Amino acid sequence: MDLSFTAEERAFRAELRDFFHTAVPERIRRKLREGLHASRDEQVESQQILNARGLAVPHWPVAWGGQDWSPIQTYIYQDELQQASVPYPLSFNCAMVGPVIAEFGSQAHKERFLARAANLDDWWCQGFSEPNAGSDLASLRTSAKRDGDFWVIEGQKTWTTQGQYADWIFVLARTDTAVKKQEGISFILVDMKTPGVTVRPIQTIDGGVEVNEVWFDNVRVPYDNLVGQENKGWDYAKFLLGNERTGIARIGISKARLLRIRELAAMERMGEGRLIDDPHFREKLVGVEIGLKALEMTQLRVVAQERSLPRGKPNPMSSVLKIKGSELQQATTELMLDVIGPYAAPFFTDEELEGRNETPIGPDDAATAAPMYFNWRKISIYGGSNEIQRNILAKAVLGF
Amino acid sequence: MDFDLTDDQRMLKDSVDRLVADTYGFEQRKQILKSPEGWSRDNWQRLADLGLLGVNLSEDQGGFGGGPVEMMLVADAFGRGLVAEPFFATCVLGAGLLRHTGQVDHVAAVAAGELLLAFAHHERHARYDLSHVTTSALQTGDTWEITGEKSLVLHGDCADKIIVSARVSGAVGDEAGIGLFLVNAAGLARRGYPTQDGLRAAEITFEATKAEAVLSLDGFPIISRVVDEAVAFLCAEAVGAMADMHATTVDYMKTRKQFGRAIGEFQVLQHRAVDMLVQLELARSMALYATMMASDDDAGARGKAISAAKVQVGQSARHVGQEAIQLHGGIAMTMEYKVGHHFKRLTMIEKMFGDTETHLRRLAGLGTAF
Ligand SMILES: Cc1cc2nc3c(=O)[nH]c(=O)nc-3n(C[C@H](O)[C@H](O)[C@H](O)COP(=O)(O)OP(=O)(O)OC[C@H]3O[C@@H](n4cnc5c(N)ncnc54)[C@H](O)[C@@H]3O)c2cc1C
Repeated sequence: MDLSFTAEERAFRAELRDFFHTAVPERIRRKLREGLHASRDEQVESQQILNARGLAVPHWPVAWGGQDWSPIQTYIYQDELQQASVPYPLSFNCAMVGPVIAEFGSQAHKERFLARAANLDDWWCQGFSEPNAGSDLASLRTSAKRDGDFWVIEGQKTWTTQGQYADWIFVLARTDTAVKKQEGISFILVDMKTPGVTVRPIQTIDGGVEVNEVWFDNVRVPYDNLVGQENKGWDYAKFLLGNERTGIARIGISKARLLRIRELAAMERMGEGRLIDDPHFREKLVGVEIGLKALEMTQLRVVAQERSLPRGKPNPMSSVLKIKGSELQQATTELMLDVIGPYAAPFFTDEELEGRNETPIGPDDAATAAPMYFNWRKISIYGGSNEIQRNILAKAVLGF
Repeated sequence: MDFDLTDDQRMLKDSVDRLVADTYGFEQRKQILKSPEGWSRDNWQRLADLGLLGVNLSEDQGGFGGGPVEMMLVADAFGRGLVAEPFFATCVLGAGLLRHTGQVDHVAAVAAGELLLAFAHHERHARYDLSHVTTSALQTGDTWEITGEKSLVLHGDCADKIIVSARVSGAVGDEAGIGLFLVNAAGLARRGYPTQDGLRAAEITFEATKAEAVLSLDGFPIISRVVDEAVAFLCAEAVGAMADMHATTVDYMKTRKQFGRAIGEFQVLQHRAVDMLVQLELARSMALYATMMASDDDAGARGKAISAAKVQVGQSARHVGQEAIQLHGGIAMTMEYKVGHHFKRLTMIEKMFGDTETHLRRLAGLGTAF
């Protein structure tokens, strides 16, 4: 056991940090730091800067633009990227559909889609959940029926994140109703411009629009848009979800949030002094920092096991990261509310905040504190809710 | 002690509950919030007609003659229905200040629904310190002129008259030397905006603004008293909101099916709903305690009770709010579902007149909550 980063790893970290801070425009990183959202164009701009340096999809196969990094290097990359408040490369492209196509897609799929996904020339969205198939995803009902050289897709997806920006959607559809529900699902790629695809926005409680309903009404797509084999979609979906074993804790993001909380608490007056000097506030802050360190060490242990596990096979320990990582991210939003205090109240839309021509009300970041607290409740719901993660641990680790 | 409502109180409760049920359906509320003022003058008139705008004013003031319990009943119903009208600003804060300063000229107009009030007190950097007042009041002849900036004035955008706190002597942070003045809102520089919970507030600038009347030149004890009453009201409102969310969550768990059965059949989720209930009941008890103590003349005992209630209600509200969303899953993250709106209102209540942390600190500083 050697519990220190090597000189090479430290140099690697320094190099990435320098790149993220110099190459990705401050105007974009500042938005994320202050709790605003990157626009579609800014997400594209940032990912293309990363991609030009081979930093958008480092975990992909080298042949398709990946890096031959050790798991520790991948961890350092995520940590630095997140701490620098660089928009994370679009996960639907980079963490989800890309690896699935690279592993199971045809040569034609790979050539057509992978480079464009890495460069965010195509924006992908994830068409898994349905109104009646959330945690119980395998009960999904959107159907795809074969008609000669085409699939005909009927049904509805929901919660489709950023579907309004998307060029393509990867869909889990039922292609066989006679078998066990997991065994009749296929993984199909659909061009969002195909006639019969309708996107309806859903406004979330923070006031933003980031999720959508996507309707499929007699949507005809080429048969070849099927990834891998018919009725094997469930396996690919599991591969997809198991692929991002360690990124989900988003520790770097929590680190950046804590830093911002410290900065603002140092500017916030309380009585004669500053909020940051208040012992009660500090205890809470330090409590979250300790939790984050414990999670980071856990993440490093999980990362270290990575090499010995077959690729794409979920590691149940990643459920520990998801549970604790989501709780800590949510805890940072509560701390931020503590800092902002009464000034959490005024509501402004993103457009109003960006086009700011009136002075903001209250301290910096006041306007994003409450929306972020509201919005981040989602983190313990999506990607397998924390209850489902506990079910996984109970079964896979504890043997219940 | 008697926890049962009297016949009059029960009638009041029935009528306010019915009003909220009739006028505050989820869709109706959505439309109301979208209107330019963000609330409904028709509903305001209905409240006046039912006597609710004067619920705690004496009968000779044009009121209903009720007290803290009656206010609690109103608050609970408003919390369930997420009522957006400026009741809190006008009746709890505004009329409360008029009542306690003994300047009751205008309260009949409030009760009749003809006068909207707001309390301009908070200033930037005050955080939750009620004595942080820099706005100044200068006397020339027999008029007072107010100069300063007030922030987060609840429903300050629509008020006809504003009650403003301003320093007549002493330094920022002194409890002595804070005056209360009545100002006509016409002509004031006001910047109104919506708040996270769908209500309204305003930033208001006073520039040698002439006061219409002096309410008090030793206003702090009155401010702190009215704020204590206001917190008691907010605690009861929060309990109404939590109760509604909890009921909605339990109903949803009984109908939402995943894995071939109602999710409420998962025992682990039942326990979560039970823990919400525990938090709700503790909050309800402390809201009652706040109601009981809100009219206590002993400012020290009253303040402690109010702080303790605000802490419990704040903690319960976070727990119940977060769990209500989590147990629903994605659906509760949307504007199209009521639970998220309750969650936002609870969050804002938690941030008003001292958040949980502030009241904890205050009680810890005093050494005991009793
Ligand atoms: C903001 C947001 C973005 C999203 N983006 C996408 C996207 O881009 N693409 C996509 O396909 N999906 C997306 N989702 C959907 C997300 O994956 C689902 O919300 C999630 O799977 C939960 O499903 P549900 O909302 O239907 O809740 P339900 O499954 O109905 O769950 C309700 C509650 O019951 C609990 N529960 C359910 N089953 C069990 C059990 N067996 N044991 C114990 N507890 C249980 C849940 O944990 C939850 O607390 C998104 C969701 C949100 C909120």
